[in-house]
Amino acid sequence: MYVAVKGGETAIAHSLDLIADRRRGDRGLAELSLEQIDQQLGLAVDRVMTEGSCYDRRLAALAIKQARGDLIEAIFLLRAYRTTLPRFGDSEPLETARMVAERRISAAFKDVPGGQVLGPTYDYTHRLLDFSLAVAADRPAAPTAPADTAHGLPHVGDILAREGLLEPSPATSGEKPADLTRQPLGFPADRPLRLQNLARGDEGFLLALGYSTQRGYGNNHPFVGEIRYGHVPVAFVPEELGFAIEIAEIDVTECDMVNQFAGSHDVPPQFTRGYGLAFGHAERKAIAMALVDRALRARELAESADSPAQDEEFVLAHSDNVEASGFVQHLKLPHYVDFQSELVVVRALRAAVEARKQQAAEERASLSQAAE
Amino acid sequence: MSCKEFDTEAVDRRRRWLSVLAKAPEARLDALWQALGPVPTHTVLRRPETGLVMLQGRISGNGAPFCAGEMTVTRAAVRLETGEVGFGYVGGRHGHQAEIVALLDALGQREEWRDKVETEIVSPLAGEAEARHRLIAARAAATKVEFFTVAREAGT
Repeated sequence: MYVAVKGGETAIAHSLDLIADRRRGDRGLAELSLEQIDQQLGLAVDRVMTEGSCYDRRLAALAIKQARGDLIEAIFLLRAYRTTLPRFGDSEPLETARMVAERRISAAFKDVPGGQVLGPTYDYTHRLLDFSLAVAADRPAAPTAPADTAHGLPHVGDILAREGLLEPSPATSGEKPADLTRQPLGFPADRPLRLQNLARGDEGFLLALGYSTQRGYGNNHPFVGEIRYGHVPVAFVPEELGFAIEIAEIDVTECDMVNQFAGSHDVPPQFTRGYGLAFGHAERKAIAMALVDRALRARELAESADSPAQDEEFVLAHSDNVEASGFVQHLKLPHYVDFQSELVVVRALRAAVEARKQQAAEERASLSQAAE
Repeated sequence: MSCKEFDTEAVDRRRRWLSVLAKAPEARLDALWQALGPVPTHTVLRRPETGLVMLQGRISGNGAPFCAGEMTVTRAAVRLETGEVGFGYVGGRHGHQAEIVALLDALGQREEWRDKVETEIVSPLAGEAEARHRLIAARAAATKVEFFTVAREAGT
């Protein structure tokens, strides 16, 4: 238990000054601008927006600068800021089929309409350090090729779903989806609520859980049905207008995972799906989210659910790195009263043990005297 | 003011300009706005106010909606001396942009301003947005691949 402490104002103020000093670093170097962070450390910005659960590139860049690159601290800062803002309402659901895609691949289907578009990917790099980046230089613009912009990009899954081999995506109930920012997490959680939790969940935690399913802890033979990354419009109905307008264009990454399913007595054998969605370009996150989403459907699909990734309470209650980091890191704060009470208990226990030993020794001594 | 007061065509036009203006880069919109020249006097009904909109995703891209995370949005409202009320809703914390959008929304509702707003601001911005999309698609197209499955023949 944590008991509030008083005092230390000056030391804390000086500690804050010291952070500010360390944040600035060598004054001989140019100070980092938010534009530089946004443009040149864009994937860090994407992660902070995704797990901070707030799309605003400039705010995320500011949080990264303030946190000196500690992304989990930056996520915390962004989450704290969003609590100061009023809620205007809910957007219309994002139509990712209307995406202006920078990347779109399927690892399951070779010939997809619209083709396999690699976009900016690290997948085929050799992971060799590129020392040419160590010095500033002019970098050429990326090459272009004729593109078809007249047609939308249909989801790969929908093509297979038409044959009945792949389960259709769950139908809209017409009800507003549950919202974790308005009501606390409760169990059992429905799929929309689970997806909201996973969407803002820690990438490392979901990555490890997704990996665990692949290694046999709840395996369901996943294939990447499709990954796409690009720009989608955000439609919103302002209360004053009563009709939808587009208020922004945002970048999102989407992963539709296709998994083997043996069927149950209601459903014939078919492929099932897991879904992942992240702000910006965040494929590792989107894939991990899709794996865990599918794993958490075990009960719904009448599969055995005995692995960590299939345990809804375990996964959803521990996925949030703001909560996790807060609770783990609060251990650093003064626990003097708490520790003092434990100290008293341990001293008392030791004294009792000591006294028992003493007593036993005395008893043994008196017994041996009696025997003589 | 509800949509019932507009005919569908007027709503579609308004929807278009509000969307194009909201998605434009703030600095570019401001430059075009400055170049528009003197505009009628107006009163501010709502100073730029920043809040959040919960973005909804769809399961597997087209299924049931879920809350995917929020985004910052800024809104503003103005009334022209002639009575037209304009609204601006823009993603991000762009207060100045929200005000310009609200003013242009109000101006667009006036017969004598509509064409000027369309030709001098909305139409160029729509063209630029399309060009940005074309460039994204063209860069992506340069990375299109054909994967060949190399099947191993028996005995080779």
